[in-house]
Amino acid sequence: MANSMNITLKVWRQAGPDAQGGFETYVVPDANEHMSFLELLDVLNEQLIKEGKDPVEFDHDCREGICGSCGVVIDGMAHGPQQRTACCQLHMRHYKDGDTIVIEPWRAEGFPIIKDLVVDRSAFDRIIAAGGYISANTGAAQDANALPIAKYNADLAMDYATCIGCGACVAACPNASASLFTAAKIAQLSLLPQGDPERKTRVRNMVDQMDKEGFGDCSNHAECEAVCPKGISISSIAIMRREYVKALAD
Amino acid sequence: MSTVLDSKIPAGPLKDKWDNYKNTIKLVNPANKRKHTVLVVGTGLAGGSAAATLAELGYHVKSFCIQDSPRRAHSIAAQGGINAAKNYPNDGDTVWRLFYDTIKGGDYRSREANVHRLAQVSNNIIDQCVAQGVPFAREYGGLLDNRSFGGAQVSRTFYARGQTGQQLLLGAYQAMSRQIGAGNIDMYSRREMLDLVIVDGKARGIITRNLVTGEYERHFGDAVLLCTGGYGNVYYLSTNAKNSNVTAAWRCHKRGAYFANPCYTQIHPTCIPVSGDYQSKLTLMSESLRNDGRVWVPKKQGDNRRPQDIPEEDRDYYLERRYPSFGNLVPRDVASRNAKMATDEGRGVGETGLAVYLDFADSIKRLGRDVIEARYGNLFEMYERITGENPYEVPMRIFPAVHYTMGGLWVDYELQSTVPGLFVLGEANFSDHGANRLGASALMQGLADGYFVIPYTLGNYIANNSFPAVTGDEDAFNEAESAADARIKKLLSIQGTKTVTEFHRELGQIIWDQVGMSRTAEGLRKAIDQISALREEFWQNVRVPGEPTTYNKNLEFAGRVADFLELGELMARDALEREESCGGHFREEYQSAEGEAMRNDEDFTFVSAWQHTESGHVLHKENLEFENVELTTRSYK
Repeated sequence: MANSMNITLKVWRQAGPDAQGGFETYVVPDANEHMSFLELLDVLNEQLIKEGKDPVEFDHDCREGICGSCGVVIDGMAHGPQQRTACCQLHMRHYKDGDTIVIEPWRAEGFPIIKDLVVDRSAFDRIIAAGGYISANTGAAQDANALPIAKYNADLAMDYATCIGCGACVAACPNASASLFTAAKIAQLSLLPQGDPERKTRVRNMVDQMDKEGFGDCSNHAECEAVCPKGISISSIAIMRREYVKALAD
Repeated sequence: MSTVLDSKIPAGPLKDKWDNYKNTIKLVNPANKRKHTVLVVGTGLAGGSAAATLAELGYHVKSFCIQDSPRRAHSIAAQGGINAAKNYPNDGDTVWRLFYDTIKGGDYRSREANVHRLAQVSNNIIDQCVAQGVPFAREYGGLLDNRSFGGAQVSRTFYARGQTGQQLLLGAYQAMSRQIGAGNIDMYSRREMLDLVIVDGKARGIITRNLVTGEYERHFGDAVLLCTGGYGNVYYLSTNAKNSNVTAAWRCHKRGAYFANPCYTQIHPTCIPVSGDYQSKLTLMSESLRNDGRVWVPKKQGDNRRPQDIPEEDRDYYLERRYPSFGNLVPRDVASRNAKMATDEGRGVGETGLAVYLDFADSIKRLGRDVIEARYGNLFEMYERITGENPYEVPMRIFPAVHYTMGGLWVDYELQSTVPGLFVLGEANFSDHGANRLGASALMQGLADGYFVIPYTLGNYIANNSFPAVTGDEDAFNEAESAADARIKKLLSIQGTKTVTEFHRELGQIIWDQVGMSRTAEGLRKAIDQISALREEFWQNVRVPGEPTTYNKNLEFAGRVADFLELGELMARDALEREESCGGHFREEYQSAEGEAMRNDEDFTFVSAWQHTESGHVLHKENLEFENVELTTRSYK
């Protein structure tokens, strides 16, 4: 069986959006290497409930790195130390007995805190609603193979399409910019012929919405790419800028 | 009193039924559609596609999800692919063949007319998704690529790496987002549906709870579409997302919607094995891996050698040996049951002995590592992250886990439940997969229901009924909201000694042991007693922390576990009542000498639909008529 680990957690606690927050320290004496990071929080919460305290709130759902619900800053890094890994897929084998781990919520003007580690990411939905789609009413489509798409472009579009909308890019960015999130969708749709008719309005509207939501601008730090659990490239931001300039020039 | 249900299957030959239906239904005038509000609960493939399509048609749609964004519904986690009868590979596929494979895969316990309609619209789905910009895998010539899935001898599965569900869901989500931006859909995220409101015999509203503020809300309209997924989390450990639950469906059930075939659950053969008692969920490894991976266990019991040290002659590739024509691509129920047989014989592998190997060594040798990486790279990565082992070098260890539920609310051909105006789509209904679902068919059904079926059947319902105005102040709304509130207050007031998770784990263990991969009359009777005792204890001893007026995940889960404690008992009862083995429902008493499932068509060719009454559950039946397919022993040998 796996060895037991004693882990100290410093967790950001905040009762509500307007409440004063702060760190609380907890010890989990019986963590083990097979646990996922969120399972460690589960164990902590069971402990807290038994002690009559309120559990730590955090968003989570699929726990396989695809729904994008979870996301916390672990020791200063969005989603923690393992690259290309959402925190639900981070496992405790990357830690050792006696470690202290600091856990904070995403911090950004565009992501107000709801409680403890839970933030409001609805700004992302509004950015997509501003233009992150192809207008294709149900039933009007032609045969799927009537429009061949070069494999290279299709694969590249897929690379950008894998964004899970977790918000780590915003949390890691010194400007709290949502550029990587917004650009990933713009890049995907600009690489596909289906996306062509709306490409100019799409980029204008999505970028405008991103600004309205209070996210900062991109200044090429590339922290977003480093923490992205899907490894989305900042080349997408270059594509977004090119598309934006072309749209304005029109 | 038990009755026989009418599924309202249209007249005519099988292949003309859907057209005949569409030709004869009543339509709603475009200008009138915006006067009708439709409540769509859930934003997965079924709910997302339905909300988007109905809004495009002009209906006023209100959409609800429990997650913080509609993009996070659990459809997002589907990996492998989506079936369609396009026959692009020219390997002999037809609509009939997809229909036939699905009926046979379901062990002849699904409705012919529904399954045929599903196969018919499957091709439209692929067209629609490509038009939306879903980046399906392509070949070098730019055309779409296909791969094989279990239970079929053609390659009809379209895919987007190992993230097909994600891409299809984002397609539906983006179509929805367009309508949200245009003001045609009002989106309510972080809302949980706690009750269905019936006014004058029709579903006219729902009660939701705002999961951030705890406030109750009354929403009303002319129809309710329930698209809330399956109930696999009754087992506690499953591949379902943590928030997936039965609550919305169960509350509809208690308001009069019959629950069909609750004992039909799918145990998926290729999941990462359980590693410890803190474990919160299980992770699926896509069925597509069985295209190139070979399943085996050691021939000898207790063979502790490392897999690479076990020579070929000491390995038992039991699926290839027992099912030479389908080999590693037998359907899920067959593959799972065989894994259980191997581990029951003491030939399981790994620390717990509850695992079998899925080995890629031969394929890597034949095709090269690059090809395998291109096909399954993200799955291999996920496996390594969770287990710490590199599957390019050592075989994966896999074991069956709960994945999908074929049972669900009973619906007729129009997807309408036994409550008028309550329609049920996707995994939440029972309709298309019989006793076992084939791989890559869940995505197909969710999108078929939402994009191509409900726009017609809902219109027919709206055009044929009148809808006196409701305001949300009716007695039915008052009563439903008070009941929801009383329940929340009760949960918080108990302050016992056991946590919600502890109860959920215990329930899951009982159901996994007795209503899992194999079932017996004795075990099922025991489970019924155990669940009923556990439920009683829950309502006396659960401890739910925190307040009702802030974000409180434990409180959400408590309500869901309370409902699972009722559903679990019904699952066991349904399994006890069905004295045959079919698909995922394997009763040890009914098997052949070789351990294959034995159906009893004489007595059990029906859908079990359970009605909730004050004095307990009453069983109703829908007889399944097979006019086009001959019922045979399902063989993959």
